[in-house]
Amino acid sequence: MSILTNPQLWASTLAMAVPLALPAIGGTFSERTGVVNIAMEGIMLMGAFFGVSFAYWTHSAWLGAIGGMLMGGLLSAVFAWAAIRLAADQVVLGMAINIFAAGLTTFLLDTVFGYGGTPPDTPQLPTWSIPGLSHIPFVGAFFTNQSVLVYIMLILVGLSHWFLFHTRLGLRMRAVGENPLAADTAGLNVWRLRYTGVIIGGLLSALGGVYLSLGILNSFDVNMTNGRGYIALAAMIFGKWTPLGSFGASLLFGFATALGIALQGNGISANLLGMLPYVLTILALAGLVGRSKPPAADGIPYTPQR
Amino acid sequence: MTKFLEVINLVKHFPGVKANDGVNLTVHAGEVHSILGENGAGKSTLMKLIYGLYQPDSGEIRLDGKPVHFSSPRDAIRAGIGMVHQHFMLIPALTVTDNIVLGDEPGGIRYHRSEAEARVRALSEQYRLHVDPTARVEQLSVGLQQRVEILKALYRKAKLLILDEPTALLTPQETEELFAVVKHLKEQGIPVVFISHKLDEVRAIADTITVMRAGKTVQTLPIGDATPQQLANLMVGREVVLRIDKQPANPSGVVLNVENLHVVNSARQEKVRGVSMQVRAGEIFGLAGIDGNGQTELVDAIAGLLPVAGGRIHFQDQDITHLSTAERTARGIAYVPQDRQLDGLVLDFTLTENAILRDFHKHPFSKFGVMFSQPAKAYAEKLIHLFDVRPKDITRKAGDLSGGNQQKVILAREVSREPQLLIAVQPTRGLDVGAIEGIHRQLLRLRDEGKAILLVSLELDEILSLSDRIGVLHGGRLVGVVPGETATREQLGLMMTGMSQEQATKEGTTS
Ligand SMILES: Nc1ncnc2c1ncn2[C@@H]1O[C@H](COP(=O)(O)OP(=O)(O)O)[C@@H](O)[C@H]1O
Ligand SMILES: [Mg+2]
Repeated sequence: MSILTNPQLWASTLAMAVPLALPAIGGTFSERTGVVNIAMEGIMLMGAFFGVSFAYWTHSAWLGAIGGMLMGGLLSAVFAWAAIRLAADQVVLGMAINIFAAGLTTFLLDTVFGYGGTPPDTPQLPTWSIPGLSHIPFVGAFFTNQSVLVYIMLILVGLSHWFLFHTRLGLRMRAVGENPLAADTAGLNVWRLRYTGVIIGGLLSALGGVYLSLGILNSFDVNMTNGRGYIALAAMIFGKWTPLGSFGASLLFGFATALGIALQGNGISANLLGMLPYVLTILALAGLVGRSKPPAADGIPYTPQR
Repeated sequence: MTKFLEVINLVKHFPGVKANDGVNLTVHAGEVHSILGENGAGKSTLMKLIYGLYQPDSGEIRLDGKPVHFSSPRDAIRAGIGMVHQHFMLIPALTVTDNIVLGDEPGGIRYHRSEAEARVRALSEQYRLHVDPTARVEQLSVGLQQRVEILKALYRKAKLLILDEPTALLTPQETEELFAVVKHLKEQGIPVVFISHKLDEVRAIADTITVMRAGKTVQTLPIGDATPQQLANLMVGREVVLRIDKQPANPSGVVLNVENLHVVNSARQEKVRGVSMQVRAGEIFGLAGIDGNGQTELVDAIAGLLPVAGGRIHFQDQDITHLSTAERTARGIAYVPQDRQLDGLVLDFTLTENAILRDFHKHPFSKFGVMFSQPAKAYAEKLIHLFDVRPKDITRKAGDLSGGNQQKVILAREVSREPQLLIAVQPTRGLDVGAIEGIHRQLLRLRDEGKAILLVSLELDEILSLSDRIGVLHGGRLVGVVPGETATREQLGLMMTGMSQEQATKEGTTS
């Protein structure tokens, strides 16, 4: 039990939660406007790869982060266009995006940087300690030597929640995800709101990818997201399609991962803990741990009849 | 009176249909203008054209004398047109306030929810449309949801309100309340376009009536000049018999005897709570009630589609409580289900195939598993002539027929099997005045031949004009059984809300 009282475990839980919470909230934005989004994995890969690339080219980790986000946002805009304008099947489309992004980033890694991988002199995003808070016993570990993106994520969680539930745009986006025809007759622009949701979601997901390549490291590796986009999907569902819920679920899943690492060599399989997200998601969908219900129009394309 | 809205020669095609074919309409300030027409006449299409949901192929719309073009509802809303759709445009998961202010919320970036609530409260005071602004829409009754829809239009400062078939889902009492609201709106200077296919409603509320038929506006006339007979003829395009005069019933022995029946639906709710009733040969027993008060479950249990949780069902003196649907059918129970497209017909099959759907495996249609087409065709021909199904073409697919004719096919098939008990659930739902007349005639003919008929309908007029006895269901219990001859709308309406028969009779006559 001494493991559980080790503040390092909890600090690492928070760090592990970042690349889950950001895409989970990203997915929440998309699905709240009615576009089913399983493309977070691919969009994260884009963010991760181009984050490193831009950081190397511009010699600035910050510009890299912005570049990575924009490229992820671009890919999500393509996804949005096909899903909204062409009314393509969103699940199939999401899979296609994931496969495309995996292929593209692998290909570009080799052609742009060669077989040696991304250059070692790529800048990394800073780690910060928050002066007042990092000295508090136990809790201080949360605020000591964490990537700057950990703090940014915490702010984004609160901001996202406020945005979706306390702003006019948020209300409109949720309305479109529940009943686009009703929103249309109320005078809302359904397509524009859906684009907004998907692209905000893309930017957040890409930032999750940036965290992997520029927050923890300063390099990109083939398929470095390693399925986190799918775990984020689970976190979004388990979090009942809300930013706070997604964050909570990501913490739980992050804890499972951190615990798995801490217990390595103690005879408990990390893979067993790795199953936790999926098991909980199935239970949530089945209504066993607080029923999780998607937005009513999630996944249904809307075509105005004029 | 000044012309507020003018529609000139409006045309709108859909693939294969001229939904609006040269429509003309003038709505004056301060009037309630009713659009009367059968299903499919093009009423909703016309309103959606006015509301900017559809674009006309040709023609013109004028507001206050000026031509307008609405490329989306946004433009129409801005011009002061409000519409309550036939199918509500509400978001069940959001609150009343959220629904009303959506698209025009108070606040800057932040949504000022409390101010929105205050505005909604003030608006509902002003127009006497009371509803809790903080309630979630999914928790409201249909009548209240309609209020939310009207408030939504008023919040957007509608200068004209369109109500598309607003009474379709309301109880008689809710309808009265709606009429009061419409009159109040008129007093406040807001003209109302009231769409309906029910003659008596239109006559109760309208100042002016425009009749539509087959995509065209047939005639506009002031309410004073219009008799129901004249309106019905205009709607259908030929002489219609509005109220079938029927002979007194000649009931004999009890065919169906239900004792203290309890039924639990698939969601494990007890929907029928101890109903006892009898249906005799040669009578029509009408079951009235607000939708969802157990009528569906009751007849499903009688037909064997739902298991019985308690009590007994006797049919011709035999206990059939636990028999299968097929066994009940074989003994002479026929069922015309509520959703004819889902349960009654295979839309992709021809009329011949549908006609023998229940008996295809029996003589004379097949032997040793081989089907014979000649007897099937002959049988189908006989049915469609007897029941006047149009077009008279047994090779047509059932899906090509109009609703009224589909219903006739089902009725013909079920009835030709010579059942002793016919259960008909909403047999004329969604049908036109003309088609309703046909179905009603057939039901009465069967009654006069000595069959027992159990009729379930949400339309009080239908119940009243056909039934020899009327049972009223409320909350899964039979509130009372009244003779068809003396029953009144008011009395039944009150009983449908759970009031006892004695009290309802008293209230119904004094008010
Ligand atoms: N969106 C549509 N696409 C194709 N046909 C339609 C559409 N809307 C209505 N129609 C057809 O247009 C005709 C008129 O329909 P509608 O305006 O809904 O009639 P009403 O409201 O009077 O019952 C019907 O034949 C209907 O099937
Ligand atoms: Mg209609």
